[in-house]
Amino acid sequence: MAYKRQIDRLPIIPADAKKHNVTCHYCIVGCGYHAYTWPIKKQGGTGADANAFGVDLSEQQGADAEAWYAPSMYNVVKQDGEDVHLVIKPDQNCVVNSGLGSIRGARMAENRPSEVTGSQQQRLGEPMVWRYGTWQPTSWDDALDLVARVTARVIDQENEDDLFVSMFDHGGSAGGYENTWGTGKLYFESMKVKNCRIHNRPAYNSEVHSTRDMGIGELNYCYEDYQLTDTIFLIGANPLECQTNLFLNHMVPGMRNGAKVVIVDPRRTVTANACEIEAGADNVLHLAIESGTDLALFNTLFTYIADQGWVDQDFISASTFQDGVAQPQNEQHPSALGSFEAARDACRMSLTDGAAICGVAEADIIKAAEWIAKPKDDGSRRKCVSAYEKGIIWGNDNYRTIGGLVNIALATGNIGREGGGVCRLGGHQEGYFRPSDAHVGRPAPYLDDLIIRGQGKVHHIWANDHFKTTLNAVAFKREYNRRTNIVKEAMDARAGATRDEMVDAIVGAIEAGGIFSVNVDIIHTQIGQCAHVILPAVESGEMNLTSMNGERRMRLVEKYMDGPGSAMPDCLIAAGMARHLERVLREEGRDAYADQFKGYDWASEEDAFMDGYNSGNPEVTYERLRAMGNDGVQEPVVGYENDKLVGTKRLYVDGKFDRHGREDKKALFCAGAWRGLQAAGKAAQKSGHAFLINNGRSNINWQNWFLDKDNDFVSDRYPYPFLEINPEDMAELGLKEGDLVEIYNDVGATQAMAYPTPTARRGETFMLFGAPTGTQGNVINAGVNELVLPNYKQTWANIRKISDAPAAVSHMSFKSKEYSSG
Amino acid sequence: MSRCRKMADIGRRQFLRGGAIATSGAAAAVVAPSRAKAAPAAALLEYPSNRLANIADLATNEPLDVSYPDDDAPGVLLKLGQAVEGGTGPDGDIVGFSTVCPHKGYPLAYDAADRTFNCPGHYSRFDPEAGGQQVWGQATQNLPQYTLRVDDNGDIYAEGVDELLYGRLSNVL
Ligand code: SF4
Ligand code: FES
Repeated sequence: MAYKRQIDRLPIIPADAKKHNVTCHYCIVGCGYHAYTWPIKKQGGTGADANAFGVDLSEQQGADAEAWYAPSMYNVVKQDGEDVHLVIKPDQNCVVNSGLGSIRGARMAENRPSEVTGSQQQRLGEPMVWRYGTWQPTSWDDALDLVARVTARVIDQENEDDLFVSMFDHGGSAGGYENTWGTGKLYFESMKVKNCRIHNRPAYNSEVHSTRDMGIGELNYCYEDYQLTDTIFLIGANPLECQTNLFLNHMVPGMRNGAKVVIVDPRRTVTANACEIEAGADNVLHLAIESGTDLALFNTLFTYIADQGWVDQDFISASTFQDGVAQPQNEQHPSALGSFEAARDACRMSLTDGAAICGVAEADIIKAAEWIAKPKDDGSRRKCVSAYEKGIIWGNDNYRTIGGLVNIALATGNIGREGGGVCRLGGHQEGYFRPSDAHVGRPAPYLDDLIIRGQGKVHHIWANDHFKTTLNAVAFKREYNRRTNIVKEAMDARAGATRDEMVDAIVGAIEAGGIFSVNVDIIHTQIGQCAHVILPAVESGEMNLTSMNGERRMRLVEKYMDGPGSAMPDCLIAAGMARHLERVLREEGRDAYADQFKGYDWASEEDAFMDGYNSGNPEVTYERLRAMGNDGVQEPVVGYENDKLVGTKRLYVDGKFDRHGREDKKALFCAGAWRGLQAAGKAAQKSGHAFLINNGRSNINWQNWFLDKDNDFVSDRYPYPFLEINPEDMAELGLKEGDLVEIYNDVGATQAMAYPTPTARRGETFMLFGAPTGTQGNVINAGVNELVLPNYKQTWANIRKISDAPAAVSHMSFKSKEYSSG
Repeated sequence: MSRCRKMADIGRRQFLRGGAIATSGAAAAVVAPSRAKAAPAAALLEYPSNRLANIADLATNEPLDVSYPDDDAPGVLLKLGQAVEGGTGPDGDIVGFSTVCPHKGYPLAYDAADRTFNCPGHYSRFDPEAGGQQVWGQATQNLPQYTLRVDDNGDIYAEGVDELLYGRLSNVL
């Protein structure tokens, strides 16, 4: 039987409950919510004057009612040390989501740690140090002292290359402007750490270098553009599942306004199905291209559109570079960049070639070109929003592919204008404010590979779980386990030693090939199993936190509850590390170096915000953001008038492009020809294995999966991560629904549960990225592009059965995920 | 299930903003007395035991419209034709579910072809053969299912619900 909560009534929010602004911290969309809290022994009533809604709650509420909340939106949490009731429900008046909650965000309350209801007891509450063969709880001072002493032994003022750092760069979750600044100030200002990486990839680099090098920031539109456009062009994206309320609240109204949809994806997703329902199948074109051939498609479209003359010549003349090559191809630039004509020459691809490479009909490419670019009968611009995400970001030839897409938007003048934009859809929210990272270099160091090859002595990890989010993961885990174990064994051998003796023992183990691992996170992660020191952090809502969403909409989440135990915001943990490093360095007589660690006397996350974000954006304060509520303000903020922050609805409305930093403010085209599967080893892997192991996220298993592994509702739906596979392929492999399979290839193996999927093409499977029990990264080879962008998507392997369906899946539904009206 | 089909159609056109589900019943304001003689309350909600239909009224794979626990809470009884976990009746194949989507309260429609309840609001779907498990969707709970009892005459009674019904903070208003 399916999981049921057996809850048949909920406490009513009283009229005088405290109400806090909340932006959902799970995905990029950043839906508006409110958190209501009230004392544990109080409750509201059904009478209109006795509850927060002013509504008679003894009556059944209608669809889309404000005055209802699900059990998942309720919990009992601590606030200023007291138990309080908590309801977090969607905000009807927020322009982002208009009251919609998704299967993720609408469980925010349920996924808060609670001693009373027992939820999220996996959350870390106290620092822990590896002692006596296990992790022992201890104080912040004790843990940070050890971190500082060991770290100080491997860094000096001239060379910090033995300190490896993995740190998130995002907003929402436990990121945000406060925390990227705290960590950024420590590693990029007090130190100049160059061996670092970001939470979901093995280097510290942009995922969208080419669009930036072309002058175009990747979040240039506003969500309203989907409602104003003629065509929605989706590439490598599945917004119904991954940007849910952007799809439901903006793309769907756009389709109902008559927008057509072009979808580029080897897989038929639920997004494609929903688009057919909303726009009508005739107005949806799904180009199910061969995996990894997006660039060939874009270059064919670009060529065809240019040949037809469907370009915006005035825009090209006024706003783009005119004279051939502006930036030659080199080690930092996997493609030359320059004028429209230069790009046109380099990218030229015929319909015949494009159709053959992509495995789609020429007529469909022509149709896509018409929907994207053909001017209307009166000669006016066809408005088109292009939206892309991991399908190409983590796909073949990242630089040229994204550049090839941006070419089309540039050529047709669809940037900076109503109903236009060429944007990534995003994963987490953004919230990046750090000192320059120029010293990291480009290409950035391939951190995970350096670790495999024995480099790095101390590793600080901030909310990264390499074990689930790296490529070549089998090798990485093997080496990381081995190297951290060297240190653990040395620590175990000196149980009872003084601090100085213990530091000596650790440093000795490091010199013998070990690595000392410090893990800052909200839960005990998989890579955290290797840690020597574990430091507990808090999440959004357990601290005040600012971020911006996929249309650059910045909001302040107001703290509405306490974090677990003595967990702290990352920015304050970073400040603590800095203070301890300063002290230890001074003790060691390294005064000049110690001085670099001054300037962290922050008492709160707001202090960190003022020290960082506010220093670059003096108009923006907590108080002003609070007043802007859940609609916030779209960055960049350009002023403060009539008690309101003044933002920017769209970028580049003046046709001046500056993301590349060029004085002339002219956009560049990307002259990147198709060159097949670019990353090392991909072509051979493809020819040597039977199945494409496409991978990504699902509606229910997404940004908050680390919490959801402790959530009964989610675990009940998918006790094991699924592998979508064609039923005929299943029959050939002797598989029944729910059977466990092993996916194996030249670099490793992993497992998943077979989910029969008739819409999956033969030989093309889809599995979940980042699954705790079945890491897809195990079978992704080490190949990256020139700028060390991972190529997670193009992976091939063989499949064999390893087990009949386990008892844990016997209750599960294996029906189609596609809505049907019957 | 003509009722559901029609409502599904309406739902798709988004005509349902508020008031789609008829409301009734007098408001029962709760005012706590200032000096307490605490009112004793049962720990569990008292559900009515309502006769919804007789087995003879059910045809296999054709949902029968019912309401439970009151007229403002539409649902169905469904004879699946093969025993399922949680099924009742002589063949263990009769189940009952709310048909108000637990996401935002749109009316669900039954697709007899693959035996799912589908929501025109935001495409959620639920599997009555798996206890109302959400196959895919935006609701944060599985579909509320009735606790059913069948007596010797074949009369089918509902006596409880296993999840909070959409649109009410108490299943019994
Ligand atoms: S769509 Fe994203 S931001 Fe909105 S509620 Fe869902 S997870 Fe949260
Ligand atoms: S109301 Fe049913 S899916 Fe939203």
